Amino acid sequence: MRQRYGSLILDTTIRLLVPFYLIYGVYALVHGHYSPGGGFQAGVVLGASIIMVNMVQGDSVTWGVSKQTAVLVASIGTFIYAGIGIAAMIWGGNYLDYGVLPFRGIEPEVRALGTLGIETGVTLGVAGTFIVIFNLLIGREE
Amino acid sequence: MKKVTIAVLFLLSFLFVFASLDLAPTSDLNSPPSTHVSPRYIEMGYKETGALNMVTAVLADYRGYDTLGETTVIFTAGLACLLIIESRRKPKR
Repeated sequence: MRQRYGSLILDTTIRLLVPFYLIYGVYALVHGHYSPGGGFQAGVVLGASIIMVNMVQGDSVTWGVSKQTAVLVASIGTFIYAGIGIAAMIWGGNYLDYGVLPFRGIEPEVRALGTLGIETGVTLGVAGTFIVIFNLLIGREE
Repeated sequence: MKKVTIAVLFLLSFLFVFASLDLAPTSDLNSPPSTHVSPRYIEMGYKETGALNMVTAVLADYRGYDTLGETTVIFTAGLACLLIIESRRKPKR
């Protein structure tokens, strides 16, 4: 992106809003057990907040995420998901059977923790993929 | 080759439609999915998975393998975009 779309107003608004977007993304992730939300939505919100900063600030962006980092994040997310499934197999259950994971607590609590783990993986995967595609489309050279 | 592809696609879609006729209708309250699967998820979901949100219970626990596939699809789409667009860009070195 050669030049930014932002003005002073947009820049200030983004600086005020993006922290709340990030917090809301994490909230949608960790509160997915109790309310609408979950990994996919959280990933979209987190990715969109970073994309928004990139669009407004252009080349002078202070905390953009590079393509390499984004691909790494997406891979790690997908790996976490599959890895938790394999971890359940190592501890003697079926694939993605979170009940056998070695956390303390009764079985539903352990399953909820496993669910949170895979939702984290989904979040990282979706957010990373979004940022990769955005970075590709604007054609930034690193 | 193109004709063969089209013929195979038609055959496959015919098979899919033909097989889908055997599925239980969505609105049928007496079909097996409505009498076994849904009540189990509704009644036992919290006790078995610890997730108050039924959507999360089904999406991430009962049908976790399906969600793994969805995540992989998104990741693969991103990688495909990366490979296609980067390969069209002229090489620098």
